[in-house]
Amino acid sequence: MEMAITAKLISKSFGDFKAIDEISLSIPKGTIFGFLGPNGCGKTTAIRMLTGLLIPTNGSIDVLNHSLPKESEKLKYKIGYMTQKFSLYNDLTVEENLKFIGGIFGLKKQNLKEKIEKQLNTYNLTEIRKKRVGGMSGGQKQRVSLAAATIHNPELLFLDEPTSAVDPETRRNFWEQLFDLSESGTTILVATHYMDEAERCHNLAIMEAGKVKAQGNPNDLMNDLSVNVVELLVNADNNKELKLKLSKKENIKSISQLGKRLRVLVKKEIKDPISWLKQETPDIKNIKMELVRPSLEDVFVSVTGEGRQ
Amino acid sequence: MLNSLNRIKCIVQKEVWQLKRDKLTFGMAIMIPFIQLLLFGFAINTDVRNIPVGVVDQSEMAIGRMVTESVKVTQVVDVIKHYNTPKEAEYAITKGEVKAVLIIPTDINQRLVQKRSIAQWIVDGSDSMISSAIMGLQNMPITDLGLSDMKMTKTFEVALFYNPTRRSAVNIIPGLTGIILTMTMVLFTSLAIVKEREQGNLELLITTPLISFELMVAKIIPYIIIGLVQVTIILGLGYLIFNLPINGDLFQIFLGSLLFIAASLSLGLIISTIAKTQIQSMQMTIFVLLPSILLSGFMFPYESMPIIAQWISEIFPATHFMRIIRAVILRGADLSDVWQDTLWLSIFTVVGLLIAAKRFSKTLD
Ligand SMILES: Nc1ncnc2c1ncn2[C@@H]1O[C@H](COP(=O)(O)OP(=O)(O)OP(=O)(O)O)[C@@H](O)[C@H]1O
Ligand SMILES: [Mg+2]
Repeated sequence: MEMAITAKLISKSFGDFKAIDEISLSIPKGTIFGFLGPNGCGKTTAIRMLTGLLIPTNGSIDVLNHSLPKESEKLKYKIGYMTQKFSLYNDLTVEENLKFIGGIFGLKKQNLKEKIEKQLNTYNLTEIRKKRVGGMSGGQKQRVSLAAATIHNPELLFLDEPTSAVDPETRRNFWEQLFDLSESGTTILVATHYMDEAERCHNLAIMEAGKVKAQGNPNDLMNDLSVNVVELLVNADNNKELKLKLSKKENIKSISQLGKRLRVLVKKEIKDPISWLKQETPDIKNIKMELVRPSLEDVFVSVTGEGRQ
Repeated sequence: MLNSLNRIKCIVQKEVWQLKRDKLTFGMAIMIPFIQLLLFGFAINTDVRNIPVGVVDQSEMAIGRMVTESVKVTQVVDVIKHYNTPKEAEYAITKGEVKAVLIIPTDINQRLVQKRSIAQWIVDGSDSMISSAIMGLQNMPITDLGLSDMKMTKTFEVALFYNPTRRSAVNIIPGLTGIILTMTMVLFTSLAIVKEREQGNLELLITTPLISFELMVAKIIPYIIIGLVQVTIILGLGYLIFNLPINGDLFQIFLGSLLFIAASLSLGLIISTIAKTQIQSMQMTIFVLLPSILLSGFMFPYESMPIIAQWISEIFPATHFMRIIRAVILRGADLSDVWQDTLWLSIFTVVGLLIAAKRFSKTLD
């Protein structure tokens, strides 16, 4: 498989602070790759290094066969980048922004005109093409950003939390468009902290505090989980005490509540987690328990947060 | 190369779109020259009247009194005191009691016959407006004495104290062009890059194939046009309202201005790559503006400044522009006559752009 991005043990320090700590990535061409992680874990910093905007303190990066940071200027023609903070011009209209970005990327007159029409159509911007971007809603801005980031048909697209300001419906549509791009051969790297988005990616890196804690296909990650997930059907009153009690157990990785269910992650060393739980805490003997399929959230919880919550 | 030009065109176009919507900047670009010129111009050009003066009449003859009366009726001066000796009168000027003294010599009759100047003004030259008003009296006809259009040297001699290099309104308008341009041009571009940074557009710009130097060139082009419009406003008004004599070739004037505008803009760009916020860049602009006003020869004659101040002033484009524009407008010189200053402005622009481009890094580190 040909790789779009290969990064080996890259680190980035700001002064004494290590924002990225020896992460390695390999992202196959044509796939959607996700960075999943909480605020401040280093997603944006990692993307900036992969786009050549930040120079890594250590490690080597190869993106589309260009070694960074040496060849970052050549790379710029081939990548599109949708920044986390909206970075188009608020005082220009949709059309002007697209014209500007397209022109900078070297699209010529007729070509540019056609491409703008196409982008306006694809991203449903035709009606607001003459509107200034400044006053637009989160979803509209995000569509303009994506249209601008893809106007030069980049081989590789970086999206930094593209859906942080939009409703679930808009988010779904947005992902439809990403799949379309992916099908047409674009490699996509997307940073997010939404589990459902992460689950749609072909591959995933779960990040925490500058480190990659787990990497792989979401399904594999869920299957290879080092814990079993047991759901307890509890009634609402006594579970605070229960949670506390369970959380003290060495073999329990985490407990979280979802409505009337308590989701308990028990380490895989315990062969039969349900009997083990009943044995360990006799007072919940009669509570209904079942072994369930791990979700991505379980993966996330089990690989991050050094132990218990 | 073609791509490069194309990208420059794109940015210029973008700047123009933004400028058209930025009413404040646009208004400032037009209003500053207007207001400044009118303020300065009228302050300078108001007919100066009732300057307090003294008289030393050494002739003690009717003719002396007649001269005094003729001077009085002009209303330019107001004779408030008579002194006995020129020494006394000079002392009165030093003290600030009067601004000028008319000394009528004992041999006034003889002078009349010989068609020499009949009397002398001693003037406190520290105020250029006063000295120019008095100088205006130099050739006044005194008809009662038969001194009208008779060919003679001058009615009065004028001796300027304290500020022998008299500068008048005429001298100030070309200089004012330099000050206004420094003020607006440096300010506009000093904000140019910082603004992109503050508003978050920078991350977008540096992810494109844009080259730093292209960005710098493109950033100054729209403002060059604005600067030339400002020059037109200032000189146009100066010509129409204040009778500014424009002796030089218009092409030379605009070419000289263009060089100075470009130099100021590139100075602004350097500031813009240093400053972290818009406030900082404005502070730095003032830092540049002050010496440009004080040391460029606009306020004080270059020659009368201490050597060190002269050296420092040589750095600033405004100093060179003052020389160029005065030479071209007032003395009808060509840029080739002031080639050192022209060369300096050209070099300043190119080096400034290169420094700004070098300082503008396409990374976020
Ligand atoms: N230029 C910088 N100077 C100093 N520290 C920085 C800089 N940029 C980022 N950091 C720090 O590096 C860490 C990672 O930041 P980064 O923006 O990459 O996180 P993130 O995963 O994108 O977070 P978020 O989800 O909030 O966008 C943070 O602690 C941040 O404060
Ligand atoms: Mg981020």
